Amino acid sequence: MPEISQRYNRQILLPEFGEAGQQKLLQAKVLVIGAGGLGCPVLQYLAAAGVGTIGIVDDDVVSLSNLHRQVLYSTNDVGLPKVERATAVLKNLNPGIEIVPYNLRLTNQNALDIIGDFDIVVDGTDNFSTRYMVNDACVLLNKPLVYGAISKFEGQVAVFNCTQNTIEKPVNYRDLFPNPPAEDEVMNCAEAGVLGVLPGIIGSMQANETIKLITGIGQPLIDRLFSYNALNNLTYDFLLTTSEEATSHIPKDTVAFMNTDYDLACSTNSSIEIDAAEFNALLSNKYITVIDVREEGEKPVITEFPHLHIPFAQLKESAHALNTEVIITFCQSGGRSLKAAKLLFDTVGPAKKIYSLRGGIINWKNIQANK
Amino acid sequence: MNIIVFGQIADITGTNSLTLENIGDTNQLVEQLTSAYPALSTAKYAIAVDKKIIKENTALNNNNTIALLPPFSGG
Repeated sequence: MPEISQRYNRQILLPEFGEAGQQKLLQAKVLVIGAGGLGCPVLQYLAAAGVGTIGIVDDDVVSLSNLHRQVLYSTNDVGLPKVERATAVLKNLNPGIEIVPYNLRLTNQNALDIIGDFDIVVDGTDNFSTRYMVNDACVLLNKPLVYGAISKFEGQVAVFNCTQNTIEKPVNYRDLFPNPPAEDEVMNCAEAGVLGVLPGIIGSMQANETIKLITGIGQPLIDRLFSYNALNNLTYDFLLTTSEEATSHIPKDTVAFMNTDYDLACSTNSSIEIDAAEFNALLSNKYITVIDVREEGEKPVITEFPHLHIPFAQLKESAHALNTEVIITFCQSGGRSLKAAKLLFDTVGPAKKIYSLRGGIINWKNIQANK
Repeated sequence: MNIIVFGQIADITGTNSLTLENIGDTNQLVEQLTSAYPALSTAKYAIAVDKKIIKENTALNNNNTIALLPPFSGG
């Protein structure tokens, strides 16, 4: 038996799939954006199944805290570019397909060129600015987008920008959420945590939807949003429809797209501030630094949570010694801590998440007392 | 009516599921939930009535199931 029929034998055996399905996969070009928790299982299954051309976009390097969920990488890979390591692993898994690595950050300047070369896009990104940019680019270029996103124990999957007939206008991500939240309004995996197996489940579902779209079998999640909870195993399937509002937020053409600042849309000045509830949620994260930026001797003295005491005037010289990903500043009423957060952002950002407690510690204590 | 909440909305309400009665429409529901859980006022979420995502104010009866879905950024 030739190598190809042998390698893919178990899926070719499926009558719905067959030799024809395999040929469609081998001719398909799929772009996977983000080679992280979702991207790893997507890439692994698409490469194994024999998708002929797979593009990978990511500008990150492997870190130790990735390994519990980003299953393409090994301990020896820490510090190396994800795209480089993923390409090596996938070529070893299946030398018969082409892997196209893009070791770069997708921007409004390069997105249209890169996406334009592929048939289907898989969204495995970890931030809203890239998600909205990828969605808008897929709408403009008329490319199906296999969406997946996770938070703690829950995941969402959908197929956007794809219709089963040519009459209907396809649904896209903005029909679900028209505007991005400020990046700090919703916590990412680094802040909120994520169960390692969850992106494995959601990413595998994205790979499955991609294979269904390419081969034309089954009913892909077109116009539907699938939701999964790993703790109680409850699943929901929501029906989506197009909305005028969504259309109004999408750039009209490629020129407008390249002039849209997706980072700005997600990070307003006010988003650096968090309220008491968000502050309490972040306190449960071990990898944070909380800093009291008040002067020596200011009351009340805080004993309720671990924190450093660095008065505002000394903050700049201490900034580079702060080694956690998340830093929160607080003061009496929230004014100085906001300035401190901005100073930290200018000194060590934007690689870190920096927040200021809105309303200060007095307000926080009042809220705790009234609980 | 049964209200199911997801992700960080459940962190605000402290539960995945709530039961409320006699609420006329989705605008009134949002108003009532926001006064019970003020943190909802700054949260972003989509609303589904009987598993259909809605964009306009929608009439409700006690047999409806309403879902509040926040966006997830993780990948």
